[in-house]
Amino acid sequence: MVEPQMTVTLADVVVKRRGKTVLGPVNLDLGTDGFTIVIGPNGAGKTTLLKVLHGVERISAGTVNWSLPDDQARQAQAYVFQSPIMLRRSVRQNLSYPLQLLGVPKSEIAHRVTHWAGQIGLEDALDFPAPRLSGGEKQKLALARALIRHPKVLFLDEPCANLDGRSTREIEALLSTATQAGTRIIMTTHNIGQAERLATNVLFLLNGKVHERGTASGFFNAPHTPEARAFLKGDIVE
Amino acid sequence: MTDIWAGIQAAFRLILTLDADLVEITLLSLQVSLSALVVASMIALPFGTWLAIRRFRYRRAAIATLNALMGLPPVVVGLIVYLLLSRSGPFGVLGLLFTPTAMIIAQVIIITPLIASITHQSMRELWAEYHDLLISLNTNKRQRVITLIWDGRRTLMTAALAGFGRAIGEVGAIMIVGGNIDHATRVLTTAIALETGKGDFALALGLGFVLIALALVVNLTIHALSRTEREGTW
Amino acid sequence: MIRSILALMLVFTTQLHAETMKLAVTTSFNNSGLSDVLLPEIKSDTGLEVQLLIVGTGQAIRLGEAGDVDAILVHSKPAEEAFLAGGHGTHRREIMYNDFVLIGPAADPAQIKGSATAVDALQHVAKAKAPFVSRGDDSGTHKKELSLWQATNLDPETFGPWYKAVGAGMGASLNTASGLDAYIMADRASWLNFGNKAGLELLFAGDPVLFNQYAYLPVNPARHPHVKTDAAAALEEWLVSPKAAELINDYKINGEALFVFNAKP
Repeated sequence: MVEPQMTVTLADVVVKRRGKTVLGPVNLDLGTDGFTIVIGPNGAGKTTLLKVLHGVERISAGTVNWSLPDDQARQAQAYVFQSPIMLRRSVRQNLSYPLQLLGVPKSEIAHRVTHWAGQIGLEDALDFPAPRLSGGEKQKLALARALIRHPKVLFLDEPCANLDGRSTREIEALLSTATQAGTRIIMTTHNIGQAERLATNVLFLLNGKVHERGTASGFFNAPHTPEARAFLKGDIVE
Repeated sequence: MTDIWAGIQAAFRLILTLDADLVEITLLSLQVSLSALVVASMIALPFGTWLAIRRFRYRRAAIATLNALMGLPPVVVGLIVYLLLSRSGPFGVLGLLFTPTAMIIAQVIIITPLIASITHQSMRELWAEYHDLLISLNTNKRQRVITLIWDGRRTLMTAALAGFGRAIGEVGAIMIVGGNIDHATRVLTTAIALETGKGDFALALGLGFVLIALALVVNLTIHALSRTEREGTW
Repeated sequence: MIRSILALMLVFTTQLHAETMKLAVTTSFNNSGLSDVLLPEIKSDTGLEVQLLIVGTGQAIRLGEAGDVDAILVHSKPAEEAFLAGGHGTHRREIMYNDFVLIGPAADPAQIKGSATAVDALQHVAKAKAPFVSRGDDSGTHKKELSLWQATNLDPETFGPWYKAVGAGMGASLNTASGLDAYIMADRASWLNFGNKAGLELLFAGDPVLFNQYAYLPVNPARHPHVKTDAAAALEEWLVSPKAAELINDYKINGEALFVFNAKP
């Protein structure tokens, strides 16, 4: 299958909320592959940047240009929110919902649902109400529900916040598999160790701006800016 | 107290003997109010949901109007429907006055705002919960409305039952547009008003108990049909 | 679930249709119980299913004017004549009469028992300022009561709180009077059939001015082409027949006759 390339260009993007600038101006090019980690202190604009890229945040100025038309671009993306949003339905119905929206044939839906339920260890809980799963299970289900569409780009907002080590590792394994399958991942995290394990490149955000960007090895071993150095050391960065 | 006791006895006598008139007016009550419920729900559920997810200029005004319409006095609704359906009114040629259809129309007008308003309230909460996900999944408006209605069906059932309760217990409007005609448009509430007028409190009260029992049975049946109690854990 | 509701509605909507006509009648006629005797006979003799709209005379006349019924059976001559003068009806046929009675608390604080005339009795009530319930609903009974007050040269508009215009039907007004231990004017039939008499009793009757003539008026098809003229004519023919005369004259409650048939053939 020949897949069109998914690249994105942000030009002078600014997001204001109640008159206050929460992001920007940002100028950014993101390539077609890799695992980008967005890090930075709270309020740096990480979530806002993800939502702008996904096209669900209203921007006050500038342009966001995907290499595909807007609706196709959104269709090829998936987003996992910081606190997983469960449909008030069974696990099975949560997994099949995005496929039903796309009009995927029933047999194909059943096949993929079984596969992904197995991937997240919920194959025995297919008819269990999703809102009653544990926090870790919900997060894994949200991830599987995102990946089941075979997105070209996957956004993750702190997918492992509030999870224990075991669940975190399971999610990381799923993400590695997805990257190998060709999914471009852009993820925020506060967990530096996780960032080092997963990232191929890094965006360091500070006060709504991209303060530093680089390859993962370059950034973690030799950050250019004093603020990035301080952040990696765990100091408070203003 | 003796009147209440006599009423309870009358209710049992009517039910146990399956009094033919009682069966007839009970069935008509059900027919009118269930029909009104179906029509009102078909209007109110999508409308209330749409109101919850759609931002537009006069949204607040629309919601305030809806909430005000919930308090519409049935008698006024009845009078307006009467004037519209009267042979001398704009829809007189249809010949609907003093028919069950006229009663259904009046009840639809009375309960639609109620159902729409409760729908709007509960759908607003659900929409706040689902908003980011449904936007992210690139759903269109129709898909959003369907998803919200389906996943909120338990609260919507409550909204519909509230509407049904108001419809089946309503007397002011259907008395005017139905005319309380024996064997044609007499329902439980108008029969109760009639018997009260005759001073036959025992029979009136007996019919009242039948009405209460009926409302209870319908509620339980709908709950059982939709199996909401079993799924009611989430 | 929706399917079962639809199925239920389908079952309900298959109703049989005999030839029907709509007749607006006064509450007093229906409360008397006479309609329960007459309607089945009408059905078996003429095949007509008469649907009764039980309202006050005022509303019955409005229904006739609007063409919402095929005929009216009421008891207020001035209103009936105005109805005919307005071209709303074809003609007026007198059918029967009953009478009005004055009801009040058994102790009779206004001393109306034994009054010479109805007007005299009402004057006693006004003088004693004893609680009096008026229909106040523009019905035939209400109009009759007002005409009696007019004869006393007293104006109910100027009465104090003892005069209570309740704006309700005969039964509801009797309930109110019963609750307040008040005087009230009622038609004899409604009174005899009334189940909640409590401390009230019949105190005055018999003055010819209290006679209450019922008349049948078919709605004018020239005004309302949809009215069922034939059915209305068939009903009229039955109402003035010897059989109707017998049923009406023989109708008794507690051994008391209520109506006197007086239709001219």
